[in-house]
Amino acid sequence: MAEIFPDQEMMYEDRVEGGSHWSLIMRRGTVLRVSDIEGGGNVGMLLYNPLDKLERYNAPDTLKCQHTFKLTRGHCLYSDMGRIFCSIIEDSLGWHDTVGGNLSERGLREKYTVRTYQEARNDWTLSGEHCFAVELAKHGLGERDLTANLNLFSKVVTDEDGKMQYVPGHSVARSSVDLRFEMDTLVILHTCPHPMNPDSQYLRKPIAYQIRKAAPVAENDFCMNYRPENLRGFQNNAIYHLTGGYL
Amino acid sequence: MIVTSQLAAESASYRKVVTAGDFWMEPLKTGQTLRILDLEGNQAADTLFYSLADPHERYSAMDTIREQGNLYLTAGSTLLSNRGNPLLDIVADTCGRHDTLGGACAAESNTVRYALEKKCMHACRDSWMLAVSRREEFGLGKRDITHNINFFMNVPVTPEGGLTFEDGISDAGKYVELIARMDVLVLISNCPQLNNPCNAYNPTPIEILIWDA
Repeated sequence: MAEIFPDQEMMYEDRVEGGSHWSLIMRRGTVLRVSDIEGGGNVGMLLYNPLDKLERYNAPDTLKCQHTFKLTRGHCLYSDMGRIFCSIIEDSLGWHDTVGGNLSERGLREKYTVRTYQEARNDWTLSGEHCFAVELAKHGLGERDLTANLNLFSKVVTDEDGKMQYVPGHSVARSSVDLRFEMDTLVILHTCPHPMNPDSQYLRKPIAYQIRKAAPVAENDFCMNYRPENLRGFQNNAIYHLTGGYL
Repeated sequence: MIVTSQLAAESASYRKVVTAGDFWMEPLKTGQTLRILDLEGNQAADTLFYSLADPHERYSAMDTIREQGNLYLTAGSTLLSNRGNPLLDIVADTCGRHDTLGGACAAESNTVRYALEKKCMHACRDSWMLAVSRREEFGLGKRDITHNINFFMNVPVTPEGGLTFEDGISDAGKYVELIARMDVLVLISNCPQLNNPCNAYNPTPIEILIWDA
């Protein structure tokens, strides 16, 4: 696992068990490292501006602004307002998915043996749909606010005809990705299986997360200079922050 | 997959030319057939669908492409809602491939893609904002404006994970035809984009035709 900013202060670390959900607000200038402890994990993720939750992660803008289908080091995650929520400053994997979507209640029932809370207590089998519903509602958001989510640690490839294929075994144990936040961001996440994971077992894969202070963004920053579009995205963030973030 | 339609334009119950930069927002009843016709070629019709009975149920790009196992839409594709229900089937397509990933242009994303000074140029999202504002009876707002279909756009993905914007594979007179499997609300922005070579920097009109069941 890459050692990123070993000199930067570790502010907090914790874990989220597999098949569960959480949300947190990341501040501008902090790094969220997410690690797949055992391998084979998946993190469904959504991003919102906590000051104006109508501003949210936009997969099409993220992909088309950077001419990419996969997400890895150098890429920025864009809001629908032309701003950058966060930059992927380190990535041990090389590919994270943002088109596979989310495990629905229907998908859960069709694929797995469902365990209820009454039967299994906290080993119950939750869908990504259930998890997002709970975390979104904590922040006054709902079904209408669901967008195409990220699936960290998962890989879906396509062939020339557009046929999509999930790649099993993509994420090995201790894979990690570092997200440097370029503006304050509400992060909604769950650890449910990717909807295209062919395993008939409901895999319960825990993740670790660490929050560190980020080094200042230098002129030669890799993500900012990865594409000319990202330079303009950073300019939009700078304009936004001129007035304290309310422009 | 190229599938031509057997329906004659003369027998359509509704016909309307939508000029570039305009929106079209109308209900389509179960069993009705909608044709979107690219009148002059290489135009993009940025399209969203909602359940008419409950517009919180809406077209979901992710569910649609995952369940059909393919990124592109063509004849034989079923458009699924965010609740996994079929909204419409594509029954004819003379273009062969339509984009599900590129989304719509917006003033803000134009600043990132092209230049900061492009911010006041007209964009699809502005058409949609105008649509939800003008047609308040449908109860939609910005949060309902999500990841759309780009009919007639060609955005191939490479096996290495790149996204490429290729010249349109559409041409004057090409069309896509859909039959509604539930009562839906159709929201189209006829893309006004002036910065993208895909339409030769020349956005042009489309025509909407509807046949009753």
